[in-house]
Amino acid sequence: MKELADLFLTFCRIGGLTFGGGYAMLPMIQQEVVEKRKWATNEEVMDYYAVGQCTPGIIAVNTATFIGYKLRGIVGGIVATAGVIFPSIVIISIIAACLQNFADLPIVQHAFGGIRVAVAVLVTTAIVKLWKSGVKDKLGIAICIGTFLIQVFLGLSPVYIVIAAILLGIVVKKWKGGKEA
Amino acid sequence: MTLLLMFLEFFKTGLFAIGGGLATLPFLYNMADKYSWFTRSDLADMIAVSESTPGPIGINMATYVGFHTAGVPGAIITTTALVLPSLIVIMIVASFLKRFSESFYVKSAFYGLRPAVTGLIAAAAFEIYRITLLAIEPFLESRNILQLFQWKNIVLFAALFVLNKKVKWHPVFIILIAAVIGIVLQL
Repeated sequence: MKELADLFLTFCRIGGLTFGGGYAMLPMIQQEVVEKRKWATNEEVMDYYAVGQCTPGIIAVNTATFIGYKLRGIVGGIVATAGVIFPSIVIISIIAACLQNFADLPIVQHAFGGIRVAVAVLVTTAIVKLWKSGVKDKLGIAICIGTFLIQVFLGLSPVYIVIAAILLGIVVKKWKGGKEA
Repeated sequence: MTLLLMFLEFFKTGLFAIGGGLATLPFLYNMADKYSWFTRSDLADMIAVSESTPGPIGINMATYVGFHTAGVPGAIITTTALVLPSLIVIMIVASFLKRFSESFYVKSAFYGLRPAVTGLIAAAAFEIYRITLLAIEPFLESRNILQLFQWKNIVLFAALFVLNKKVKWHPVFIILIAAVIGIVLQL
């Protein structure tokens, strides 16, 4: 019981003190989980991160699930995951409640007029990074632009695009592998 | 009923949004079109709040959307639904960890998936550009090409983009600067 409470509180702290998730959480996880509590080694955490990127869901949350599962099985996995999302639920609910009450004030509206531009900038920066790390060849460029056009003009559910892209990746790699062999 | 629908939609998002951070964004735009829970322009505000508060962005987005639509129960339902698929998948994968990320199929799947996710997020960003940088309705009325653009916002966009590239501050500071400029210039 004590270990479960410790697991919950540790991941609560990690969730509540890191902004941005993903890699922003890595140093915090290393400090809390590897150095202070010795629940996992640095190598294990890097493995969790690698797998967390290839499985659905949010990387930081996936890493929490891994460490919890490793320590205390299924219950541990659930407790660590609940810990890492708990601060978000509390903080965001409070902010959303405040915003709903003040949203009609002119000063808030003007602030959000500026903030939306900042969001456009941040999203653009994220896309540039994704393009640099994930679009490696002509086929990648075609998939990226094709997805963009389909999504802007047809507005399909992203589910179909994700499934199609996974299948396409496997088919192309198989076909290429067959040719080289 | 809404809560059940929200659970199903966010479960689906959790299962198919692969690649971190903004990967949930295209799914949220799809929901804005399908249901009346929130509008496409609400989403831009939600991104700002999610980026400037602690916690992973995807989780924050789900919580905000859930709260906005159905209060605290909504926030708990959407967030739980979003993490549930990965919780299940991770516990299965945990037993054959190393083989998984080095497997041919997983690597090949990501070869196709990464560019598609980039395209999906770019399409969601297009919507943000449309509401912040363009003014389609005044343009259609006046047919004056100069009225198609929100000039003040475009200048601010360019300035913030350069600043963001140069300084590498945390996003929360870029958002705060933009909020102050928004109030001063009455954007």
